[in-house]
Amino acid sequence: MSEIFFHITAAVYLLATIVYSTYLFIRKDKLLTGAQAVIITGFAFHTATIALRWIAAGRTPATSFHESLTFFSWITVALFLMLLVKYKQRVLGAFVAPFALLLVITASLLPGEIVPLAPVLESYWLPVHVILAFLGNAFFALAFFLGIMYVIQDKYLKSRKLKGLYFVLPSLETLDELNYKCLQYGFPLLTAAIITGAIWSEYAVGSYWEWKHRQVWSLITWFLYAALLHGRLTAGWRGRKAAILSGVAFITLIGSFIIINVISGGAHGLSN
Amino acid sequence: MNLVIVGLNHKTSPIEIREKLSFPAHSIGDPLKKLTNHYGLNEGVILSTCNRVEVLAITSELEKGTWQIKRFLSDYHSIPLEKLDEHLYVHQGEEAVKHLFRVAAGLDSMVLGEPQILGQVKDSYGYAVEHATAGIIVNKLYHKAFQVSKRVRTETKIGESAVSISFAAVELARKIFGELAGKTCMLVGAGEMAELAARHLQSNGVREIMVANRTYEKAVELVKCFCGTAIMFREFPHYLKNVDIVIASTASPNFIIKPDQIHEVMKERRHKPMFFIDISVPRNIDPLVNNIDNCYVYDVDDLQGVVVANLQERHKEAEDAERIILEEIEKFYRWIKSLDVVPTIIALRQECDSIRKAELARALPSLQNLTPKEQKVLEAMTAAIVNKILHHPVTHLKKEANKIEGDLYIDTIRKLFDLSIDEEAIRKAAQSSDD
Repeated sequence: MSEIFFHITAAVYLLATIVYSTYLFIRKDKLLTGAQAVIITGFAFHTATIALRWIAAGRTPATSFHESLTFFSWITVALFLMLLVKYKQRVLGAFVAPFALLLVITASLLPGEIVPLAPVLESYWLPVHVILAFLGNAFFALAFFLGIMYVIQDKYLKSRKLKGLYFVLPSLETLDELNYKCLQYGFPLLTAAIITGAIWSEYAVGSYWEWKHRQVWSLITWFLYAALLHGRLTAGWRGRKAAILSGVAFITLIGSFIIINVISGGAHGLSN
Repeated sequence: MNLVIVGLNHKTSPIEIREKLSFPAHSIGDPLKKLTNHYGLNEGVILSTCNRVEVLAITSELEKGTWQIKRFLSDYHSIPLEKLDEHLYVHQGEEAVKHLFRVAAGLDSMVLGEPQILGQVKDSYGYAVEHATAGIIVNKLYHKAFQVSKRVRTETKIGESAVSISFAAVELARKIFGELAGKTCMLVGAGEMAELAARHLQSNGVREIMVANRTYEKAVELVKCFCGTAIMFREFPHYLKNVDIVIASTASPNFIIKPDQIHEVMKERRHKPMFFIDISVPRNIDPLVNNIDNCYVYDVDDLQGVVVANLQERHKEAEDAERIILEEIEKFYRWIKSLDVVPTIIALRQECDSIRKAELARALPSLQNLTPKEQKVLEAMTAAIVNKILHHPVTHLKKEANKIEGDLYIDTIRKLFDLSIDEEAIRKAAQSSDD
């Protein structure tokens, strides 16, 4: 059942991506409203997929690479929908939909069977760590999209040739503020994820820190975001520069996420 | 109902003709009365703006009515019709409704989607009401036109993008700063256009306005109407770090704002964005300032380019507006047809019922010894027969009346049953269906 929902989710996200892209081209508000309805539908199926898998596996479904990607895309869409209520940045969906689609399709290409977790790792720290980590990542993903939007809008305004996306993208200040806000939320979550990861590690294998791939890479990402936030706070980094840097940091994050999963076989090599 | 519009606009006629044909607002009562009293038109409205003169009228015969409006225009302004005719356009029936809706929504305007025309259409209708040349059809038609215009404005973005240079500046400022509340603007030089742009910025939330002018007195003068601050011209660079929007319009032949200087300013203001509007020719702001991060420089040509881009965007929105208009025309016609169908149905029922009653009255005397109860049964039975016979024709008539060939059904029924429908009945139907 989870399998079927998973495929429906992918199909609906594909449709959402198509409608959003069409909107960007012809800029009719009705398309945006439609795309939003589609992505919400996709999210409902996505939620069902995750819930069923959670029940079937009896643990947080975020340990294999397949599961991690599915979970990451789910939490990103969830966060987007939450921000939609608060900040009404509807165009953001045009970036979230293809991103979610990409993650779900990649996941579908990976082995999807439920792999039992090593008994030593069974712990309440698993859901805590995983949710903190992916929620942090989702904030960074949104910061990345807002950064892309900023760079595009800045380019239009600098070129003084107004066309296309200029008309649908929000103001520079709005994009910059939201990008900053996402970093401000993402960073403590990432920090908490690293700490809970360490506690969990101590709990499971008796050591807080082992300089494994996952730990080194998450530390690198942490430093990048720390530097970016520091620059924003003290050196007045903002606008295009900050947008580009949040892009660099996010690409590092995604890169390390892939490296960790490919090298260690499962998320952090937790499976048997 | 026969609706005719005869008129001319900026597309069909030069200003020399338009000005001769215009009707001044203060004396519009006279032509309106002439139109309905001397030219045999039932209802009439005259719209006269600098870009168009149009006469809308309800007439009993289309062609004759059209001819009468043309004669009226020619007679009233003493211009021979031969000279006038080539500039005039004629819209009849549904085309006329469409034309009115399009005009009211600004779709026929020189600047697509401009809002002033709606006010002018409202005024023209107001004059017609005032001088009693507006009847039921015109009332409904104009209310519908205002509704359509409102719908077009809320459902499309036709009026949203700025199509004048000073508004384009405000719009750009919004795309850079989001909210303008709390922002500061500085006028360097006090030109008329700069003043206009500053006014727009202020009404959109800009908090503080500073004015620097070579003649300090002029700056002081200008500041009075903004509640701003006047500063000495040579001191303006010191204030730049607190300014978000700079509008330059001095007569200086050289650049007075240069990249080096702005580099420093940007450091001091921690790279908060700055928007430079250069409306002076020759330019006052070095275009290289645009290359500095978070600085945006627009000169007059750039702003003109924004206006052109916005107009193109409006054209895209106009397609949606046209669709809305078609929908509304259909609704309007449904109402118009209901004006015909409701009285027809009432007349049909009355006609049949009066036959029934007459026949019953003739039959009853020959049927003696009927108890009151039996009489009642007979009454009910004949009524039921009439109702059942009429049931299908009435249902179909109601349904078909909404379609294009609905008139055909209504006419057929009227002819077959020899029904006569008076104006009073139509008036009643109009009032009862008026929401």
